[in-house]
Amino acid sequence: MTRLRRLFLAPSVTLTVLLFLTPLGILLVYTFLTRGAYGGMGAPWTLENWVRVADPLYLGILVRSVLAAAVSTLLCLVLGFPLALFISRAGRRKNLYLFLVVLPFWTSFLIRTYAWMFLLRDTGLINTLLISAGIVREPLPLLYNYGAVVLGLVYGYLPFMVLPLYAALERIDSNLLEASSDLGAHPWQTLKRVVLPLSAPGVRAGLILVFIPCLGAYLTPDLLGGGKTILIGTLIQNQFSTARDWPFGSAVSLALMAAVMVLLMVLARRHGDSLL
Amino acid sequence: MKIRGLGFYAVLAYFFLHAPIAVLLAFSFNSGRFTVWEGVSFRWYEAALRNSQLLEATLNSLIIAVAATALAATAGTLCAYALWKREARWLTSALTLSLVTPEIVMGISLLAFFQWVFRSFSVHLGMHTVVLAHVTFCLAYVVIVVLARLRTMDNSLEEAALDLGAGEWQAFYRVTLPALGPGIAAAALLAFTISFDDYVITSMVAGVDSETLPMVLYAIARRGANPVVNAISAMIVVALGLLVLVSERFRES
Repeated sequence: MTRLRRLFLAPSVTLTVLLFLTPLGILLVYTFLTRGAYGGMGAPWTLENWVRVADPLYLGILVRSVLAAAVSTLLCLVLGFPLALFISRAGRRKNLYLFLVVLPFWTSFLIRTYAWMFLLRDTGLINTLLISAGIVREPLPLLYNYGAVVLGLVYGYLPFMVLPLYAALERIDSNLLEASSDLGAHPWQTLKRVVLPLSAPGVRAGLILVFIPCLGAYLTPDLLGGGKTILIGTLIQNQFSTARDWPFGSAVSLALMAAVMVLLMVLARRHGDSLL
Repeated sequence: MKIRGLGFYAVLAYFFLHAPIAVLLAFSFNSGRFTVWEGVSFRWYEAALRNSQLLEATLNSLIIAVAATALAATAGTLCAYALWKREARWLTSALTLSLVTPEIVMGISLLAFFQWVFRSFSVHLGMHTVVLAHVTFCLAYVVIVVLARLRTMDNSLEEAALDLGAGEWQAFYRVTLPALGPGIAAAALLAFTISFDDYVITSMVAGVDSETLPMVLYAIARRGANPVVNAISAMIVVALGLLVLVSERFRES
């Protein structure tokens, strides 16, 4: 097997090493360089970029990003759990309901984000309706704020929460639920004491699957936050475009990667889950 | 266990999931420019189809997505098969890491890499760099889907083939690969949609001649309301929807 195996692994190993690990390695080298006058970079070698990552200004952005991601993730859990429960108990129509959750995922993410711009902007549908109904006179500032970003993230990643939750709920033996009710538990008690604990693996998977992309999100804060709500993704992008500070941008990028990896390793080690 | 109101909640949740897109699509048929309904018209579709920049970008997106899907599906399937036979810890970890790497970080690291390579050879950013980037981020998705399929398969068939004198390549090519068909198709569909949809990474590594559809859409969307975006969105949603439906049918039969 060894020769064939080496042959089979060669393309993906080459791709992974050359186009994934090497680029990250280059960023790592960049973090120790000094920014030049015209956006270039070079000697002397320095740790200054890493020190700057810990600057209160940038730590603030990091904290705000973590908060936005955490709030969005929890909202996804709260909104997604009842839906997953509903689907897991839907009997023969399960597949249809599941398909309806996955369907938006097959729609372009960009279009889904644009749909909210279309609804929320000053001349958007919601404001137009509110004004013509005489409820408000001036358009409400619905777009380009923190709330709009969280809304966009929840909308974008809700399916990622529902799927693992559904998978976990689906696996629960219905005899356990019957036993609980036969022994006199109220449905809410069964939900809290039997269903919730048994769905823990799904909850954990859902939290990871939603939190990680939310933390590094760029498109949603950019389009729905409108540059006023700077999150870490926007900060990184700015360093490589307008600010032209590649060394610092690289340091922020790798700090973000490190945060994601630590999170993943802690959860994987505690529970032995793995994505692959 | 019967929980009241769950069905009602589900209706609301599905409304939340689908209404924004539905409204967006409905207004693609609006004859007015603003979000006030003025009557049915196809003028925004006409405007979209007459826009040569959009058509060119669509063609670019299709070429990139097809090329990236073919390459990622091939490399990913071979990789999944090898990993199914015997685990390779570091590769699995690297692929997992590529899945959780924020798009903006992957885009920027690829840009840094391409610039570094191109400094030595005089090549420029273009379709080829976009395809390479897309293969990179699609690979892990293909491996996951195909590996999941392999793990549900009975490997005694392949063992029987080997016992009956087939070589390793023959056993793979004539026994396991055909049975993997639906898994590979599902993986390819996933890779295609992810590639076709990508904006963040693409915008980093694209050159002047390789503007993709999401890049054009993004540029228009940032400038403000434009019903042409609604029309394009409607066409993309319908096209991707058909693709998914056809592949579902294909898988059932």
